[in-house]
Amino acid sequence: MSTPFYVSPEQLMRDRADFARKGISRGRALVSLQYADGIVFASENPSAALHKVSEIYDRIAFAAVGRYNEFENLRIAGVRLADMRGYAYDRRDVTGRGLANAYAQTLGTIFSSGGEKPYEVELFVGEIGDTAADDQLYRLTYDGQVVDEHGFAAIGGAAEAVGGYLKERYTEGATLENAIKLAVAALGHTETEDREIEAKNLEVAVLDRTRTQPRKFRRIRPATLVEILGSSTAKPEVGAAAPAAVEPPAEKPAEKPAEEAPLAPPADDDGEPPIAPPLD
Amino acid sequence: MSESRIPAAYMTPGTSSFADFLTAQSPELLPGHNAAPGNLGDLAPHGTTIVAATFPGGVIIAGDRRATQGNLIAERDMRKVFPADEYSAVGIAGSAGLAVELVKLFQTELEHYEKIEGTTLSIEGKASRLSALVRGNLAMAMQGLVVVPLFVGFDPDAGVGKIYGYDPTGGRYEQTGYSGVGSGSLFAKGALKKLYRPDLDEDTLVAVLIQALYDAADDDSATGGPDLSRKLFPLVHVITADGGRTLPDAEVAAVAESVIAGRLQRPDGPIAEIEGAK
Repeated sequence: MSTPFYVSPEQLMRDRADFARKGISRGRALVSLQYADGIVFASENPSAALHKVSEIYDRIAFAAVGRYNEFENLRIAGVRLADMRGYAYDRRDVTGRGLANAYAQTLGTIFSSGGEKPYEVELFVGEIGDTAADDQLYRLTYDGQVVDEHGFAAIGGAAEAVGGYLKERYTEGATLENAIKLAVAALGHTETEDREIEAKNLEVAVLDRTRTQPRKFRRIRPATLVEILGSSTAKPEVGAAAPAAVEPPAEKPAEKPAEEAPLAPPADDDGEPPIAPPLD
Repeated sequence: MSESRIPAAYMTPGTSSFADFLTAQSPELLPGHNAAPGNLGDLAPHGTTIVAATFPGGVIIAGDRRATQGNLIAERDMRKVFPADEYSAVGIAGSAGLAVELVKLFQTELEHYEKIEGTTLSIEGKASRLSALVRGNLAMAMQGLVVVPLFVGFDPDAGVGKIYGYDPTGGRYEQTGYSGVGSGSLFAKGALKKLYRPDLDEDTLVAVLIQALYDAADDDSATGGPDLSRKLFPLVHVITADGGRTLPDAEVAAVAESVIAGRLQRPDGPIAEIEGAK
């Protein structure tokens, strides 16, 4: 039997954080931004069946990156919590803040407990109010931290590059079309290039205040995305200052994910579901 | 929503049914939970007449507004027709409070499934879930708190409206053309039998259903007719391929007023044609 050795708590937490961060950084980015009539969520997702963005309740949406089976569990728990509360009390008593708290407590407990591996997920809980000023966007990290975001935010792999792109170009009160164009352009942005992402590889959904139904969540269909993105070759007008040249997308796919190769495989490759949606 | 970690049961994949989850996690929230023994039938008001009928491309459900308790009118403006989701609706007869709770559970059930699974239930699947909920109420029914729904929905695959009737044990019966439930439904169905044709358009069918409710109110003291002085009119919900909509009061009022105008001329309502008469 090997001798048990001492590991400092700092080292232990750092290792766990590194582990979670690595898992998350292997996936694509997901962006969320506020526009005039609500919040839009967008990510690159070739699967039409495995969603990263979902409805939780009337005015609340959930978006996540990372390990699919883990954030899917969190999503289902969120739907159950929300429906249970709405059923026991009233629809108006279901709040995004309450849900974000529940997620934070759960992720925080799992992260610091010795018995479980940390969740490799990062997520958004978005909630719209009656006006743009009442909209809430919470970003939750793998260790249970909650950040109250304003305007825009990005999570997942390349979140920094994508977030930086948004920071330079984001304007308040944009139309839905412009918000989607900006979000998609940001998703395609890396330090070295600006890709164009095909509409069929995008998952875009909004919380839309203008919907007459009480349930404000709406997915943007690929056909609608083609209409929105197709007209201006996917470059937002707001981003006119973008220095990158517009290149035809057809030549790009060949040189894709060099970024993923050097990373060590996750510790649990033994039949666990893969990170979904699959990377290409 | 909670001060600590989400309970493990919430995080465990499994059922897509909210009713099943509720039964396992918080059974105290189920409709009719923890009722006292004995006959409770006289404790709560009763909802009365619901009618429904299909037309090419859709289905309409309508209900009066009255709830009674014994010989008294308990509610004049009760709502007994509820959209269950975008493409279906449910009307209720029987013990009013319990019925409203049952509808709330059914609405949550459909929405919950839709969110968890990312797709809607088939019309048959929805009708089947409602069966289960009605059956779950059987113990209450034995004590006099009977709830009997009438379920209608649009089947997007077949492009037709469908109607399902129920019995208190959860038995489910698909109806052809038209149906009714509640104390006045006997008279309403009699009227529909003479007035209904499968090829009626939406507006005419609304008028036919209002006529049927008028006949129910005419002969059943527990069913309320259009209340002109209080401006209370039947609730009418129409479902087509475009989804469901509850008709605005003004629209129903106009139809109800013309029905009443006709009845001033002929109190028994429209005359059906008689084939074979010389």
